[in-house]
Amino acid sequence: MAEYLPPTSEQEFHANFAQLKPRMNNTEALYESSRCLFCFDAPCIKACPTGIDIPQFIRQINTGNVTGAARTIYEANYFGNACGKVCPTEVLCEGACVYNLQDVKPIEIGRLQSFATRQVVESHKYLFEPGQPNGRKVVIIGAGPAGISCACELRALGYEVDIFEAKSQPSGLTVHGVAPYKITNEEVLAEMDYLQAQFGYRVQYNSPICSRPDLLALEEAYDAIFLGIGLGKTNALLLPGEERENCVGAVEFIEQLRREHHQILVGRKVIVLGGGNTAMDAASESARLGAEDVILAYRRGKDDMGAYEFEYDLAKSVGVKGLFNVAPVEIVGNGRVAGVRFIRTATVDGQVQALPGSEFVEPCDMVIKATGQAKQTSFLSLIPGLQLDGKGRIVADAHTYQTTNPQYFTSGDALNGGAEVVNAAAEAKVAARGIHHYLSAR
Amino acid sequence: MPDLSINFAGIKSPNPFWLASAPPTNSGYQVMKAFDAGWGGAVWKTLGVPVVNVSSRYGGVNYRDKRLVGFNNIELISDRPLIDNLREIEEVKKHFPHHAVIASLMVQSREEWHQIMRDVTSAGADGVELNFGCPHGMCERGMGSAVGQEPDVLRTIVEWVMEVAQIPVIVKLTPNITDITEPARAARLGGADAISLINTIQSIVGVDLDQFAPYPIVDGKGTNGGYCGPAVKPIALNMVKNCAQDPYVQLPISGIGGIENWRDAVEHILLGASSVQVCTAAMHFGFGIIREMTAGLEQYMTEKGFHTIYDMVGKALPNVKHWEDLNLKYKVTANIHEDKCIGCQLCYTACEDGAHQAIGLREGTRVPEIIEENCVGCNLCSLVCPVENCITMERTDDGTEHLTWKERTLAGTIPTDFNDERAGGLHHWVPEPTAALGKEKHKTLPGKARQLGTPASVVNDLVRKE
Ligand SMILES: Cc1cc2nc3c(=O)[nH]c(=O)nc-3n(C[C@H](O)[C@H](O)[C@H](O)COP(=O)(O)OP(=O)(O)OC[C@H]3O[C@@H](n4cnc5c(N)ncnc54)[C@H](O)[C@@H]3O)c2cc1C
Ligand SMILES: Cc1cc2nc3c(=O)[nH]c(=O)nc-3n(C[C@H](O)[C@H](O)[C@H](O)COP(=O)(O)O)c2cc1C
Ligand code: SF4
Ligand code: SF4
Ligand code: SF4
Repeated sequence: MAEYLPPTSEQEFHANFAQLKPRMNNTEALYESSRCLFCFDAPCIKACPTGIDIPQFIRQINTGNVTGAARTIYEANYFGNACGKVCPTEVLCEGACVYNLQDVKPIEIGRLQSFATRQVVESHKYLFEPGQPNGRKVVIIGAGPAGISCACELRALGYEVDIFEAKSQPSGLTVHGVAPYKITNEEVLAEMDYLQAQFGYRVQYNSPICSRPDLLALEEAYDAIFLGIGLGKTNALLLPGEERENCVGAVEFIEQLRREHHQILVGRKVIVLGGGNTAMDAASESARLGAEDVILAYRRGKDDMGAYEFEYDLAKSVGVKGLFNVAPVEIVGNGRVAGVRFIRTATVDGQVQALPGSEFVEPCDMVIKATGQAKQTSFLSLIPGLQLDGKGRIVADAHTYQTTNPQYFTSGDALNGGAEVVNAAAEAKVAARGIHHYLSAR
Repeated sequence: MPDLSINFAGIKSPNPFWLASAPPTNSGYQVMKAFDAGWGGAVWKTLGVPVVNVSSRYGGVNYRDKRLVGFNNIELISDRPLIDNLREIEEVKKHFPHHAVIASLMVQSREEWHQIMRDVTSAGADGVELNFGCPHGMCERGMGSAVGQEPDVLRTIVEWVMEVAQIPVIVKLTPNITDITEPARAARLGGADAISLINTIQSIVGVDLDQFAPYPIVDGKGTNGGYCGPAVKPIALNMVKNCAQDPYVQLPISGIGGIENWRDAVEHILLGASSVQVCTAAMHFGFGIIREMTAGLEQYMTEKGFHTIYDMVGKALPNVKHWEDLNLKYKVTANIHEDKCIGCQLCYTACEDGAHQAIGLREGTRVPEIIEENCVGCNLCSLVCPVENCITMERTDDGTEHLTWKERTLAGTIPTDFNDERAGGLHHWVPEPTAALGKEKHKTLPGKARQLGTPASVVNDLVRKE
């Protein structure tokens, strides 16, 4: 029995995808900020990839200096509002909060963070401005968390910055990939406008950089190039029947969901293939779109899933069912998807092995492949001297994120292979400093 | 079942909990409601020539999310005609003959004092309380704390009152004075039957940062008011104790100031009060708090085996000593219970920056460590620790020695010159001043993404697994 009816209007969509971390009101923020102990050498700061001075900003909220709190946050992390809502805080700051050890609810750091930042975003209270122009120009490819964060930091350092973005909106997967119950499009884009208004970088939308001549033009016109291109499309399964109608990649499905909201069509019975966080998201999203049955099928056991435990709990809470130790062998159907043929598996010495003769067909009318995003290897091969590691990640210096082609720097998913928004934001600041170091020394 | 009833200087009351003279006792309606709820007595809102009040009268002190830990007012005495109040006193007494109704009074001339004493007595009041305490508005007219601050004037007025008094007379004291026992003694010399304290403390409760005016704001301006509520309890307790221990006072004491629950009341009683009065807590939470207060007091008395209130009045007084009589040989040392510690390191930073550098941090754990040789046993760490009983102060002397400052003075073994070898802190280890430099940097630097040289682990450890 489905928990949700298919949404037929924007309003119903927002009801089904209600925010997991709703905005705090002033009283809530006062109560919650009052609880913070102001720990010495606070473990929450250490657990934040961007090292936000959490006790400081919480104390600022508590004393009525919300603008100061927002400044503390943005000084460390330009995606301050988005991160407050989309970060897996359970395994980051909130997971490190000392209250956990007392079996007391940890401080709701993420919500407090968004409480402060959203106020300055909405009131257009600007906290930063570009630095003195230093006469140098940097180009950024990709307006995702990495690209935008790098742009802000470079502008603060006085660089002229142009961004080329393939899509029509900034923020990358924050607006195209993150689940809609974590953050709304409007909220993401409001923060992007807020940043651009202060730092004044230029963004060219619908402008993919695709060819060697494109790159050459940039190499000639700019002092340094930052690659904030993230990852690519969903990996192909290479299974028979994969081309059938209604067999879709998770990243593509979610992007369409974020764009079209209730107008997207989901199957009545959906099978999601994968055991990572994206699989959990796609399964939850299908359920909230009104699919009657959602099955999460994974090659190994439940405990082997890569997804965070709370993400699996969230999926279960909306009615998603797990099907473990099964591997897909064929997408069956006639033009359209009609089911998935699985074979049962066992994990022996860490290796997944198919159990002969155990094949069965699980009927469904939609398959979502959440089997990882491909790396942008063919695009990256256009850059002379740029090395990738065995997993297709860009090789870069750990202190500057300068790549093996000295004019190129990178951060975010393209560098780390696919992490979180907060990692992209943290790394991009380091990369901007790396660029500054490199160009200042020349 | 313990007996909560009291006989306070001749005023009988079913329990020691009275409402203090203030807005909760403005009218017969309120006092009847309070008695109905379980209060034992009420000191009527101060009567005299009715006043005119300003609008916007109270200010509050909030601590973080806690409202009204302190409260301040710029209200005066009753603004209702005397005749209405007298009629209502009479009516209350008719319904509640066994409850205590005490009329608080504040007038100027001897004739007025005589007249109002006769009026409230014939209305049926069980006693009177002379308000020599109000620290704002009335004192500027030569009444209230202006009287309470002049022991001779206070004594004269008490004498006037005693000339006609047929019911017990309580004198309410102002805390806005250096030595509370002076007016208390004057009250005794004047013939008063009892004292009550404290009235409110002169205060400015806060300043509006936009209007540049003190709270409460009356058309852009403000004035000093009277401070009360939980925050004033420590001041009240000390003054109650001072009066209770003074050999020249020797009067029953009604304890007032910061009483909100049974514990506060017991503290006042243990220091010498034999009735207690409550204002702010009733204004904040209503009369219903009385149920918790009586239940808590009963439970406490049962557990301690006290049969009447008088079994406990002043029970802590023998243990309140002068500093010079405390045992210098007694020693406690902080002890961290590792199993309870949550690693907030508040104790570390408190002792490091605010005490004696007697707590250290160790590699590989967030649980701090007490450096016993440095610990002076000040309690600070145990006070800041957010976990109950996580830091306990354990006795470390063997309990056989007893030596006080007074004894040392007599024996001539106290430090006397500036660089005396007998300085208490002489052998305490103190770090070199320059060791402080750069120490803050050892803790996590916020905004680590700003630093060059972020460890590579940021990149490698957090890959979002597909
Ligand atoms: C389904 C899903 C859910 C997620 N949920 C969360 C979550 O809840 N919380 C969280 O913190 N993280 C989440 N993430 C991860 C997070 O979104 C990414 O780690 C983060 O967005 C990476 O930022 P980036 O800037 O490196 O790349 P991206 O966000 O991918 O941005 C790259 C940008 O570059 C553009 N681009 C790419 N190639 C070119 C080119 N050749 N020319 C011009 N432009 C180009 C792209 O259009 C895109 O706008 C999720 C990811 C996915 C896939
Ligand atoms: C608004 C207000 C008005 C008061 N008016 C009087 C008064 O008329 N007469 C009086 O003796 N005390 C008056 N007080 C003082 C209280 O009776 C009491 O002494 C003081 O508030 C301390 O007790 P608490 O901490 O329980 O509030 C007033 C206090 C307040 C808050
Ligand atoms: S760990 Fe928790 S209590 Fe301590 S400073 Fe951080 S948020 Fe506050
Ligand atoms: S009792 Fe005082 S000196 Fe001893 S460890 Fe605690 S804070 Fe430091
Ligand atoms: S204050 Fe208490 S809980 Fe915090 S570190 Fe010290 S001992 Fe542990």
